[in-house]
Amino acid sequence: MLLIPCPHCGPRNQEEFAYERTLDSVVRLDDAPDAAVTALYTRANLRGTDHEIWSHLCGQWLRLTRDRMSHAISAVEPL
Amino acid sequence: MREHAGTVPFTFDGKAYAGHPGDTLAAALVAAGVKLVARSFKLHRPRGIMAAGVEEASALVTVGYGAHAEPNVRATDVFLYPGLVATSQNAWPSLRHDIGAVNSLAASLIPAGFYYKTFFGPPSRWMIYEHFIRKAAGLGQPPRVADPDHYAHRSAFCDVLVVGGGPAGLAAALHAAEAGKRVILIEQDIAPGGSLLREAVTIDGAPGDQWAQTMVARIRAAGGRVLLRTTAAGYWDDNFLFAVERRVEPGQPGQGPAQVLWKLRCAEVVLATGTIERPLVFVNNDLPGVMLAGAARALALRHGVAPGRRAVIATSHDDAYRTAFALADLGVEIVAILDSRTAPAGPVIDAARARFAVFADARPLRAIRSRNALAGLDALVAGVRQRFDADCLAMSGGASPVLHLHRQAGGALAYDAARGGFLPGAGRQGNTTIGAAAGIHALASILDQADVVDPLGAATAPAPGPIWRDDVPGKAFVDFQNDVTTGDLALAQREGYTSVEHTKRYTTLGMGTDQGKTGAMVALAQIADLRGVALPEAGLTTFRPPYTPVTMGAFAGPARGDHAAPIRRLPLAAAHDALGALWVPAGAWMRPRAYPEAGESIGQASLREARMVRASVGVVDVSSLGKFEIAGPDALALVAAVCATPMAKLAVGRGRYTVMLREDGMVMDDGTLWRLAEDRWLITSSSGGAARMSRHMTYVADVLLGHPRAAVVDVGEHWAGLAIAGPRSAALLADLIGAPVPSHMGLCHGTIAGAPVRVLAASYSGERAFEVHVPGHLAHAVFAALVDAAQAAGGGVYGLDAMDHLRVEKGHVVIGAEADGRASPADLGMGGMLRKAGGFIGWQGLTRPALADQAGRRQLVGLTSIDGAGICEGAMLVVQQGEEPAGHVTTAAPRVAGQGAIALGLLTDGAARHGEVLLAWSPTRHSMVQVRVGPAVFHDPEGALYHD
Amino acid sequence: MGAGRYSALSLLRGAITGHRHWGRAWRAAEPGGPYDVIVIGGGGHGLATAYYLAKEHGVRRVAVVEKGYIGGGNTGRNTTIVRSNYRQPQLQRLLDYSLKLWHGLSDDLNYNVMFSPRGALFLGHSDADMVKLAERGDALIAMGIDAELMDRDAVARLVPLLDMGRDARWPIEGGLIQRRGGTARHDAVAWGFARAADSLGVDIIENCEVTGFLRDGGRVTGVRTTRGDIAAGRTAICVAGNSGHVAGLAGIKLPIESHTLQAWVTEPVKPMIDTVVMSQTLHCYFSQSDKGGMVGGGDPDFFPSYAQRGAPMRLEDSIAQSIALAPALSRLRMVRSWAGVTDMSFDGSPIIGEMPLDGLYINGGWCYGGFKATPGSGRLYAHLLATGESHPIAAPFDLARFAQGRTIDETGSGPMPQSR
Repeated sequence: MLLIPCPHCGPRNQEEFAYERTLDSVVRLDDAPDAAVTALYTRANLRGTDHEIWSHLCGQWLRLTRDRMSHAISAVEPL
Repeated sequence: MREHAGTVPFTFDGKAYAGHPGDTLAAALVAAGVKLVARSFKLHRPRGIMAAGVEEASALVTVGYGAHAEPNVRATDVFLYPGLVATSQNAWPSLRHDIGAVNSLAASLIPAGFYYKTFFGPPSRWMIYEHFIRKAAGLGQPPRVADPDHYAHRSAFCDVLVVGGGPAGLAAALHAAEAGKRVILIEQDIAPGGSLLREAVTIDGAPGDQWAQTMVARIRAAGGRVLLRTTAAGYWDDNFLFAVERRVEPGQPGQGPAQVLWKLRCAEVVLATGTIERPLVFVNNDLPGVMLAGAARALALRHGVAPGRRAVIATSHDDAYRTAFALADLGVEIVAILDSRTAPAGPVIDAARARFAVFADARPLRAIRSRNALAGLDALVAGVRQRFDADCLAMSGGASPVLHLHRQAGGALAYDAARGGFLPGAGRQGNTTIGAAAGIHALASILDQADVVDPLGAATAPAPGPIWRDDVPGKAFVDFQNDVTTGDLALAQREGYTSVEHTKRYTTLGMGTDQGKTGAMVALAQIADLRGVALPEAGLTTFRPPYTPVTMGAFAGPARGDHAAPIRRLPLAAAHDALGALWVPAGAWMRPRAYPEAGESIGQASLREARMVRASVGVVDVSSLGKFEIAGPDALALVAAVCATPMAKLAVGRGRYTVMLREDGMVMDDGTLWRLAEDRWLITSSSGGAARMSRHMTYVADVLLGHPRAAVVDVGEHWAGLAIAGPRSAALLADLIGAPVPSHMGLCHGTIAGAPVRVLAASYSGERAFEVHVPGHLAHAVFAALVDAAQAAGGGVYGLDAMDHLRVEKGHVVIGAEADGRASPADLGMGGMLRKAGGFIGWQGLTRPALADQAGRRQLVGLTSIDGAGICEGAMLVVQQGEEPAGHVTTAAPRVAGQGAIALGLLTDGAARHGEVLLAWSPTRHSMVQVRVGPAVFHDPEGALYHD
Repeated sequence: MGAGRYSALSLLRGAITGHRHWGRAWRAAEPGGPYDVIVIGGGGHGLATAYYLAKEHGVRRVAVVEKGYIGGGNTGRNTTIVRSNYRQPQLQRLLDYSLKLWHGLSDDLNYNVMFSPRGALFLGHSDADMVKLAERGDALIAMGIDAELMDRDAVARLVPLLDMGRDARWPIEGGLIQRRGGTARHDAVAWGFARAADSLGVDIIENCEVTGFLRDGGRVTGVRTTRGDIAAGRTAICVAGNSGHVAGLAGIKLPIESHTLQAWVTEPVKPMIDTVVMSQTLHCYFSQSDKGGMVGGGDPDFFPSYAQRGAPMRLEDSIAQSIALAPALSRLRMVRSWAGVTDMSFDGSPIIGEMPLDGLYINGGWCYGGFKATPGSGRLYAHLLATGESHPIAAPFDLARFAQGRTIDETGSGPMPQSR
């Protein structure tokens, strides 16, 4: 179980957090349809580090830089 | 040697025995002269005690009886308690005369993987064979009734977790505790000391076991926590471990939790997990009487039990010599020490030679069986066969550091040829390994601050035993529990299952309850030899949690029965009970389904309630609906992103029906949207979708819109909601609040029974209706007032089923039925409601060609039963029986206004099929009803009833 | 094939000769080529693809390249459940096509994969659940697939282990059983397909990791591997769990995210339950292996990972839920837990079809349900690779469906894998 440092609450157990999506898959309201569908339906799905959006129970949305092999979290920033 | 009889009564296979306090069941059985304890998994070979701890592979028994029975308990890992009942397993009719032992005779027919090569034919034929294979497999009898024990979970945090209460662990824990760190030390045994419990050493003037007790006291005095009888089971990311504390022994009834599962988050982890001794490989090395040398020594030194009368020690290194001294001191005759090394030398060997017959270049070839136990052995001594009589063979083929947790945590390995095995490399999570687990054996090196007196000199690294090359025919085991022999390993190599994982899976090597703790490295050495590669090249299988088997109930902990998941109850639950509500689960909620009167079925009650609403007035509890307030200067932008319908022109004090989409354009939820003030909005959602909507809206605000000047507050639990519907609802409500009620889709504020309320004029039933929102804690009085007034007006309360009947008749969709996550707004006839300019979540998804072009999509239709018979919900819509379905019935209801039955359905190209007659076919419920397709509204299509 | 035909008689011969006559089940092939088809991934699906290519399409120059040992990914990590009782017609067709193959697979491969149609039972815990199960049953029967709705008493008789108490947290109101569904021995599926494919001349190349693709303009002409370049007419990705990574080597992003799914097994005990039990309301499932261990699992870990390492809270959940259904499970001991990497596609359904590059194909996105599809998936993929045309059953599962809005969303939970 990961220990995720919430910028508000400090290090907390992973079970308090929920993964949402990768940062590059955010669909903006004004994205053109093709770009929106591409963002929604394709992922680099890297066997390495990616930028991810997670939420914490406290209500804070986070941007995690995380390695999908080692699970190491190299950065956490509030969104 | 024990000087008095035991005081702790127990039984094994119905026979009464008595053991000593602190005995393991294994020790007590050995003391009582019981050699045959179990039958092996596949070949039903006789088995005795082969180890002294959790690594035991053979001596598995059922402990306890009735509901407390626990199968597959290692006799070496259960400590005696008065009244312990142990029973042998996997033997019929008795342990001594086991019919299953015929498998042993047929062993040549059933080598590793034999089942892949036979039992062909149709699956039904395989299932007949399988029936017998399943009965023969398994070990103990399964539990059949609910577990009477309960289990607790505890969380703890520490600066330093030390796993293992042997000398290294004790010293590390004390050092850290005295340095002011928060320390937790866990030890799987009931007593601290680890290897000290089987060594005749003194430390700082005290015997090893007493020194260990003193250390525990000192650690505790320094503020450390010491958990005995606690096993570190799993080591996950970021230094998170599970440890299982046994508060009572297997099968033992007790007060309080039987086990506690500790969830440990640690800054630093120190693994002092020691080693596990390896067996030697020779024919019949599994016979009762053949045991690991360290186990024999533990029996002698810890329990004062002699494992036999005449013992042979067989070893490949110095350590097992200690066993000779320990046994001899108990009066056991040491027949011989067989050392596989050609020229063993050193102080311990010199000391042994002075007392015992020591043979170099000597190793066992075959153990000789008599009456299910060891009677002697043939050995090869300097190339010459020699026979020894013995009833105990204490063997050691080296030792393996316990690296399970280190590996679970992603740690590296370093191969050590001298040991014939692996030592821990760098820990991935900053964890360190110390003591014997790290390859340091000399006590004086481990306890460099203490005064260690070891009469046999410093312990040295154990070297591996010789490779077995089928020197004599017969079964030589590498995995005792799963009956895997060297022959099986050879067969696997011959057949190409050479990857160590293939060998493991093909032969079931290491897949028993002991997870190959004793035999894995021995087997690996054999495999490497067969393949002609160095041991590290043969590969290593993955260490998986848990380290030792963990009771399933301990994982579940308190999450049992009603605690398995919370039940959400309405604030008015007691009031509904008083009205005779029948409850129904709706997601996590319990909601009133109907309020049957005496003699009424649910269906009758619901229809009566629905007709009551159409005729006069009814009150229904809608508190579980999602409610969200959005406020701030940018509130409109946020609402516009979430809701797909137009709202910019919505006047303050007005509302409208709205729909929220997922990004793929499918309907996610629906509800009503209200403009409470210029910059303040209220959105309602379905009950089941409330949690999803809550998360969705904060995502939109914080991530998508980047923290607009608007806040979203989930006010679902702040307000109870009561819907009041029916032709008399407006008059009744106006009466109660003492003011005119708003027109349809308007809102007002007022008080009822002294409580402030918000009244939203929205309808879900097709009648003039209102939702009354009231703070949850004030809801009782309001509910009572509404129900009283409704009853006075010829109405009353209604439940979920009646609500459903009404909304089906009106053609309102419900999330999860018509809006099943696969339906677009257009599929549900709502395409025209969306904002043409887009700009809401999901608009881009809807532009995809297969969605923009409606052809072939399932579309919402109304269905009327032609002969009036009830339609099954979920029935398939087919043109004729035997055809693939063209759609299905999503929800069905009796006609409320009038007679007959109606339904809503999703039908391919349904919008163009009005008038068509189809079959609503439910083969599982043996129902076939002719239905006419039509528009999805049966009641007041123009909405005339909404207006007073 | 040196192994010879498997039969009771050949076992008997082995008993007399010390089993020395058995040869390798499959050759340890070296990379050769050029091949007509290279299948990337030596799991069940890839090996089945190669087998059917050779057997049914006469494509003889076929290689399977596997980065580790065959069957070491999700083929060897799943909970061995085989069934076709889905709700969406496209999935019903696909999985029942596969289920029919399962019923003759051991004989076809001359390798006992221990397919045991002991019944796959979904439980219903409320009237609403029962309606959903009935709907599924109705849909299946209307498609010619077996399904049987069971009431409480019938469920209690079939699985005496279940807590049938009215006051249970999730009372059991009934169930829907597919009697043709059941379990199979997962490793044997990989080995059986490998042996049968090998006997038809397929090269199975283990310890050979693909590191890139050979290109000729816009066309893929083979693979780069840790054991050298290998040329092929058609290159077939079949690496569920790692589809994203391998497609990434060709510069292609997929509607797939790799998530962890865990499973557990208890110590073996004598027969305890004869049926596969699943609850979609509780998100858990369990059955008993022939060896006697109770095998179960639940939800995935809900975050992307390639680590083959799970988080303990999901174990807790699936175990607690299983105990809620069968309280006696509480006293068994879990002996092992493990994790696999699942290809979570963005509608929950697999992808079988062409990639945007000529000569490159994909079979992946099986989420947590690929094992049951193994023979069908392989046979349909072989059809595509041999003919260049998708079989009608596989056609709806093309990659283009996401952009075109033709998603096949069994659970109706939308594009996000963690919502599934």
